[in-house]
Amino acid sequence: MPETKRKNERLVVLFLIGALALNYPLLALFSKVKVLFSIPVLFLYIFLCWVLFILGVALIMELPASPLYPMQLPKRRNPE
Amino acid sequence: MLQQWVILLISFCYLGVLFAIAYYADKRADTGRSLISNPYIYTLSIAVYCTAWTFYGSVGRAATAGVGFLPIYLGPTLMAALWWFVLRKIIRIAKTHRLTSIADFIASRYGKDPLIGGIVTVIAVVGIMPYISLQLKAVSTSFNVLHSFQGASPLAHGAGPFWNDTALYVALLMAAFSILFGTRHIDATERHEGMVAAIAFESMVKLLAFSAVGIYVTYSLFIGPSELISDAMYEPNLSRLMEFGALPGGYANWFAITFLSMMAIMFLPRQFHILVVENVNESHVRKASWLFPLYLLAINLFVLPIALAGLLMFPEGSVDPDTFVLAVPLAENQRGLALFVFLGGLSAATGMAIVETIALSTMVCNDLVLPVLLRIKAFQKRNISRVLLVIRRGSIVAILLLGYLYFRLIGESHTLVTIGLVSFAAAAQFAPVILIGIYWRGASRNGAIAGLLAGFAVWTCTLLLPSFAISGWIRSSILQTGPFGIELLRPYQLFGLTAFDPITHSVFWSMLANVGFLVGVSLFDRQDAVARIQATLFVDVFRHEGADTFLWHGNATVAEIKDLVARFVGPSEAARSFASYEEEEEPFDMRPNAQADANLIAFAERKLSGAIGAASARVMISSVVKGEALSIEGVIKILDEASQVIEYSHRLEEKSRELEAATAELRAANLRLKELDRLKDEFISTVTHELRTPLTSIRAFSEILRDNPGLDLEERQNFLEITVKESERLTRLINQVLDLAKIESGTAEWTRECVDLKLVILDALTTTSRLFLENSVTIDKELPTESVFVMGDRDRLVQVAINLLSNAVKFCESGSGRVTVRMDCQQGEARMEIVDNGPGIHPDEQTQIFEKFHQLKGLYNEKPGGSGLGLTICKRIIEHLGGRIWVESRPGEGAKFSVALALCKPGKEAQQKRKHSNIEAYIEPA
Repeated sequence: MPETKRKNERLVVLFLIGALALNYPLLALFSKVKVLFSIPVLFLYIFLCWVLFILGVALIMELPASPLYPMQLPKRRNPE
Repeated sequence: MLQQWVILLISFCYLGVLFAIAYYADKRADTGRSLISNPYIYTLSIAVYCTAWTFYGSVGRAATAGVGFLPIYLGPTLMAALWWFVLRKIIRIAKTHRLTSIADFIASRYGKDPLIGGIVTVIAVVGIMPYISLQLKAVSTSFNVLHSFQGASPLAHGAGPFWNDTALYVALLMAAFSILFGTRHIDATERHEGMVAAIAFESMVKLLAFSAVGIYVTYSLFIGPSELISDAMYEPNLSRLMEFGALPGGYANWFAITFLSMMAIMFLPRQFHILVVENVNESHVRKASWLFPLYLLAINLFVLPIALAGLLMFPEGSVDPDTFVLAVPLAENQRGLALFVFLGGLSAATGMAIVETIALSTMVCNDLVLPVLLRIKAFQKRNISRVLLVIRRGSIVAILLLGYLYFRLIGESHTLVTIGLVSFAAAAQFAPVILIGIYWRGASRNGAIAGLLAGFAVWTCTLLLPSFAISGWIRSSILQTGPFGIELLRPYQLFGLTAFDPITHSVFWSMLANVGFLVGVSLFDRQDAVARIQATLFVDVFRHEGADTFLWHGNATVAEIKDLVARFVGPSEAARSFASYEEEEEPFDMRPNAQADANLIAFAERKLSGAIGAASARVMISSVVKGEALSIEGVIKILDEASQVIEYSHRLEEKSRELEAATAELRAANLRLKELDRLKDEFISTVTHELRTPLTSIRAFSEILRDNPGLDLEERQNFLEITVKESERLTRLINQVLDLAKIESGTAEWTRECVDLKLVILDALTTTSRLFLENSVTIDKELPTESVFVMGDRDRLVQVAINLLSNAVKFCESGSGRVTVRMDCQQGEARMEIVDNGPGIHPDEQTQIFEKFHQLKGLYNEKPGGSGLGLTICKRIIEHLGGRIWVESRPGEGAKFSVALALCKPGKEAQQKRKHSNIEAYIEPA
């Protein structure tokens, strides 16, 4: 279970970061009538956060979580 | 403008394709090659979340509230990150207990109570009704737009007679599909593979259709997003959509809707159905938790461009923004594209309605109708598997017709988003009982009932009533004066709270009431045995898997159990499942008259639970199983005992660790004692030997003197001299032994005063000067010119100095021997060093030489002169005076003995004396 536990911790932290980034007051910083790369900054910011968040979840889910301490698995010898 | 028959033909063809897909998937499932058993289909089926509301309403919302359409998709995105442990746990629980709906899940968690299942079902049906009507409204509106769009002319609203109403036929068509693919089997846990496949296909269609119109608008109608957006920026009406000010309710509303959609993605009955009940493999959650947000992102990319384009093309108010998706291509005469968009919207609406009605009909049947039916005598002994199917099909039709009714009565007066959010807020009422219920064992049945009812009541008052009022169905004055004229209960300003917009306001109050009552009542509630078992099984689902097999202890025959199951699932299905049970479990005895064992009863209960819900299944099983209904107390004991055993073993481990440590200490102490014992033995033999040597010589010389009176005077004198010396040596030895004994027992007398250490050393040198002369050892003095005062006992210090000096002499070579006495002050302490150039002390022995009775051996072959007590006495004295004594030496290079004592000022003598008197009183009880 330690690997799952690690994964869970990472997901919770990512969730908190996402919830913070997509709410007041951080959101208010981008609430202005302005375009960047011809996209309104507020939309640009939200969609960027969105993409990064999905990327984060995908990485955590698909990469094997490294255990807390690197463990050496005993090598199994194939029976002759 | 399209011909009505064209639209209808295309729609029917499309629905035909859906039927074909569903039929094919069901056939595949029957042959065991599942079409839907992969995370991609699972993800697409979850996208049933995106309904007609998303398809048409998002653009409408973006056109009025700017970013306001986004939190409905950001919430699920955030929630998806938590699926890996929240959703997986729910899936595991539902699979273990064969739970088939959200009502079943909640009822099962709180003691399999039919009442809770009923409450949840009522909330779900009432809460979701607006949502279903929203789908009907979307389809009929889009049909009308497609059919009668005239450039930029306003839409003719207002419903004709119901037989001429598209929405009614849409509703009936959806009912037909739901019945065909949702109620094929009686066992609701058997997945509706065909339905899921069709839903996944619909999700693809709606994404493609929406993206198609988005790409067309952005890249064909305008040159690209940059042109579209820069055009919009020139219009003050449009540029205001780019910031937060456009969102009514501001950040609080944003947060509330994010929260609502987080809950909705898991606890809307259809989402629960797709996520949990239709889940094939819980590992699919892993991919879905990032693929699904990706889908949401994709379907939202073109919302803003379409909204801006619509606003630019149609002057203010001429076209309902909710229909922009269709109106824009139609205005450009892109009929094919418009038709494709219509199909996308149809997909979104039908997908939602089908899954929702299937989920709701299961709940209505199992948790509302059956508990009542089972109380009626006539039904108790009949085979009602047919009846079940009829009930389910009937409730599908009823639910869709109710949705249609809501649409006719109320739907016209609201935008899509408002209707949808009302349903979201209702679904959020399930979140506390589930989320708290699966992590907190203490959440009780009464708490759940109180929380659900309170939340539902607040929701009704703050959202449902106003929606009735706005549509003119009840008096609209209720908004100003409150229900029954109670102003405190005004729906949009409950208890005078005016800070929020209606949705945020309702979310705040309903969640406060819901969680407050759930937790508050639970804290003061006593749970009965069943509820406690269920709570434990839910919370610790990953620990006790299938643990309820030992629940039943009563008596029932195998035949009775089989009959019971057959009555609900049909004889052929029952026979098949019992056959597979016999094959897999290899039960002890399956003859009809044999006693059914606990495993078989549990299996039957799970099978029944799949068909009629956990609560009813429990009722039915207990009607057949007689005797001591079940050993619930025993189960509780087992569960409790298990946890107690774990706790005991933890404590035992701790104890044994402590014991191990204690044993190690004892072993060390024992070793030391043994060593001391050995030393004592040695000492006694040494002392007796030492005592005997002088005694022997005294006696020998005395005898010579006695027996030979004729000895000459000189010789006589000589012999007497030896006798006296030997007596002195004897006395010294005895004194030392007594001295040490006194110091050790704490009865020695100490004076404490400021002593000049230099004088002490000079005294000792004087005393030992003869010794140095006799042994021809040179003495070097390196003493400071002024006096150095230390606190101590003068006589004892002299004793130490003499001891160390005579020790040094003893180990010096006669003639070449050289002893240096050094004294100085370092870091507030006086230091005395006595260095010799003797053979040195082996490092192994350096720590031992201060121990009692230890004598250096092996340096000289002859016996060392001395009792082995000198250094021990020195150490005891110095330590008693609060100083330190140590040796530094290397073999062959002599030894250096050092003594360090704290300095003192001669004037403080009196003070110091007083200060030490306490300690002395303690050390030397008089």
